[in-house]
Amino acid sequence: MQKDLLRQIEQLPNKSRSSLIVEEGESFKALLKKHKINDSEYQTLRSIVGRAPTLSELGVFSAMWSEHCSYKSSKVHLRKLPTEGPEVVVGPGENAGVVRLSGQLCAAFKMESHNHPSYIEPYQGAATGVGGILRDVFCMGARPVANLNSLRFGQRTHPRTHYLFANVVKGIGDYGNCVGIPTVAGSVSFDKTYDGNILVNAMTVGLIHEDRIFKGFATGQHNLVVYVGSATGRDGIHGASMASDSFSSQASGERSTVQVGDPFAEKLVMEATLEVLEKGLVIGLQDMGAAGLTSSSFEMADRAGNGLYLNLDYVPTRAKNMTAYELLLSESQERMLMCVEPAQWPALQECLKRWELPFAVIGLVTDSGRMHIVKDGILEVDVPVAPLADSAPRYERPFVKPKRSYSLDADLRKQLASLNATDLLSKILREDGQKERIYRQYDHHIGTKTVLGPEDQGAGLLWIRSEWADPKETHLGLAVAAACNERYTAQDPEMGAAHAVLKCYRAIAATGAEPLAVTDCLNYGNPEDPTIMGQIVAGIDGIGLACRELATPVVSGNVSLYNQTDGVSIAPTPMIGMVGKHQDVRQSLPAVLKGPAHLYLLRPKTWQPTFGGALLNKVLGIAATTEAIPAVDWAQEKEAAQAIKGLMGKGLLTAARDVGAGGILTAAAKMTLASENLGLDVLLKSSPAESATVWFGESSGTYILASSNALDLVTINKTLQRSELLAFAEATKGQNISFDGHLVGRKQLSESSVASLDI
Amino acid sequence: MTRVSKLGQPRIGLIQFPGSNCDADCVDAFKRLFAIDIQLVWHEAHELPALDGVILPGGFSYGDYLRGGALASCSHIMLAIKNFAAKGGPIIGICNGFQVLTESQLLPGTLLKNASQSFICQYASLKVSAGNSGYHQRLQGRLYRVPIAHGEGRYFVPAEQLKALQDKGQILFQYADAEGHVTDAASPNGAVANIAGIVSENGRILGMMPHPERASDLLLGSSDGQPILEAFLATVL
Repeated sequence: MQKDLLRQIEQLPNKSRSSLIVEEGESFKALLKKHKINDSEYQTLRSIVGRAPTLSELGVFSAMWSEHCSYKSSKVHLRKLPTEGPEVVVGPGENAGVVRLSGQLCAAFKMESHNHPSYIEPYQGAATGVGGILRDVFCMGARPVANLNSLRFGQRTHPRTHYLFANVVKGIGDYGNCVGIPTVAGSVSFDKTYDGNILVNAMTVGLIHEDRIFKGFATGQHNLVVYVGSATGRDGIHGASMASDSFSSQASGERSTVQVGDPFAEKLVMEATLEVLEKGLVIGLQDMGAAGLTSSSFEMADRAGNGLYLNLDYVPTRAKNMTAYELLLSESQERMLMCVEPAQWPALQECLKRWELPFAVIGLVTDSGRMHIVKDGILEVDVPVAPLADSAPRYERPFVKPKRSYSLDADLRKQLASLNATDLLSKILREDGQKERIYRQYDHHIGTKTVLGPEDQGAGLLWIRSEWADPKETHLGLAVAAACNERYTAQDPEMGAAHAVLKCYRAIAATGAEPLAVTDCLNYGNPEDPTIMGQIVAGIDGIGLACRELATPVVSGNVSLYNQTDGVSIAPTPMIGMVGKHQDVRQSLPAVLKGPAHLYLLRPKTWQPTFGGALLNKVLGIAATTEAIPAVDWAQEKEAAQAIKGLMGKGLLTAARDVGAGGILTAAAKMTLASENLGLDVLLKSSPAESATVWFGESSGTYILASSNALDLVTINKTLQRSELLAFAEATKGQNISFDGHLVGRKQLSESSVASLDI
Repeated sequence: MTRVSKLGQPRIGLIQFPGSNCDADCVDAFKRLFAIDIQLVWHEAHELPALDGVILPGGFSYGDYLRGGALASCSHIMLAIKNFAAKGGPIIGICNGFQVLTESQLLPGTLLKNASQSFICQYASLKVSAGNSGYHQRLQGRLYRVPIAHGEGRYFVPAEQLKALQDKGQILFQYADAEGHVTDAASPNGAVANIAGIVSENGRILGMMPHPERASDLLLGSSDGQPILEAFLATVL
């Protein structure tokens, strides 16, 4: 095989080149437009290639320079994020970020969007989103142990929402369940802003030994380039550039561009990949994700500073008469590109055969520094590798950073004070209630590590038993969370993004774990609009601020732009995923009550609930308010997180819940409703004028803690500088929730909560 | 934390099909609970090594693109498993393993799509039915809280076969409510007679949809799987 290919390389100078595109007329303009290459980008392309490109070359550039692959609009700003920390082992730029958990044990993780495909074909779009992020993690050699997803749909009443919701959830479930990775946490909401652009963000966390982190290099002249996995079809062609499409109302004609997933093939590719890496059989390996064979081959060659010769005649196909262009840009799923020394080739073949995977040698590593791609004896691609990657466009797009001033909305508060509070609680739960209908469809127990799962309503927590961990940490925990409150980011793009980090931070802290590091998935509208670009810049600033303050560096991420339909962009949605470390899962705290308890409120001393971006406004259809989103005191946030850890360590707590959307009464009600036959008597009182503010206003740095014993508040409060702990409620056997003299049955509230997913 | 078994070191084999995904969980549970090292047997093997008991794990063998377990029932290793069973060899099939057992006709009945038509992951309470097998004798008298996670777990047999199962005491587990009542509402998947697990006529083969290996520590939600796995080991010894 190697000899054949060497002979072909020798004959390269005699090969005839595929026809070059004609650089004139309307069809040329249309061609560039279709490939999303603008005039100045075309000039750069031309100077790199030194002539007009072939159609395949144009396709290659289009894919490699797509927003999805090149981060051309966001890169200059992403550089501002904090990416370093004592526990960071691999930062951004690799397939996934890696942080140390314990001893030599590390966690590799990343979140990625599959928004556009999921809107067009929700079942396959969501399923392949899970498949793609799994491959990003296991192609580094990490074994996936947890999946999360954050979903955003349009209004419940929107005609497409039912179809999208049902199929996205089923797609995620069927894929993850079959591969056998538990889905342990996530978030979901329904909002008008996503009517035309849903968000499907999937996150995977894997475990890896610090010395076995694999990065894909195609080194060593004349080493073999091997294609592994499912055969290539026409699915997903232009997926990478489609990810930068805006939708029009007539978008559903794009179905053919959505990839089709095969979780069984993924499982085999995963097992084979992990085995191959563990045995050291390859020197390079890269998932064929966005832009398929093109990006995987260029990335692998570029990292090693090498060239590649590929003969596409050898690529396994499942459609007839596929052109070089199609083979290069197909995003057929469950495929890997490997680079192997000839001496290891027999052992690699044996492994791939054992896992019954199709494979083929399709090329060789060369020292030419160029990518030579041949099909049917014709030279289809002949471009230098490094300049293509190095000259990827970088835009410092004009932006207008959102500037708003905020003030107390007296009218709103007056209006809210006149409303019936039990009614409001019921309405809030009807909007953001229990998620059972979703997580019942996800296997969240497989892997036998799940200590806190979706039923516990907070961060997911896994009990990690690994020989690589510090042997003293017998009950080591890995905490995971994913969230973003889009009402906050809509109201304040910068601090709203900081709140997305805080939400994950508090969810993880509430289990008693220590937050470690962050992955982000930045979902925004059209960056060519300075207002939207301003949101992006503000969002990155907000994430940077929070991650610096909380010492949780950003180690991986993904950007999804052009989430707009008919010119209307989504609310900024910088989704955050976070991992944390729990020192002893035997002490871990769920976010729900498992039985009677004393409840306490842990809050900033300067507690001032607000209605900026509040869930209550949405429930009541209040479109705008002048109020700010909750103010943040970073020192208080850290103090509160440490306080929970301290109280947990003393065995004083049975549950802890971060207070988020809907305020303290909503949080307490959700904690209570999760346990059958449990009622709640709220001790804290509010005045009629303040009632809605106290119960449903939103604040940062606030938790509800549960204890089976009465806590010594005086002593505990002496240890707190910026926070205070106060008696809040008593949860006892019962059927009612009572507060301020109001009484509401748990039956009524449960019905509202369940109905939140009647879509 | 490791509890060393009083049962010695039986030779337990676990069959790995492509797509099996509960194999590692079983290995981990037997190691943690009983300090037993499970031997992995690849699906392409024509013969079993010398074994005292066999586990067919959960997962999606060969992708389960036909019916659950249907493709696996045609694999090489199943001929060896059938021989093993014919000699009275103890077998436990969990979830997909149960499907493989019914598809291979080592156990009667079939597993249909859940009545809800969707995958279900939740805890279930299992009641032990009337019967005289070793499993029945060891497990009788309490409820077991064990998770299920399946899309095709609705056990079905025609009425006359159901009666035969009842008469011969082959029904081992039935889905029940928290008080142990076998009601329609307590059945998560619509299984006939709420059947969650059955044994072969000779009591040597157990097939069950719930996952005892997952209920292997209170930290994971329940340790009720341990006595079930112990009952399997008791049939081995």
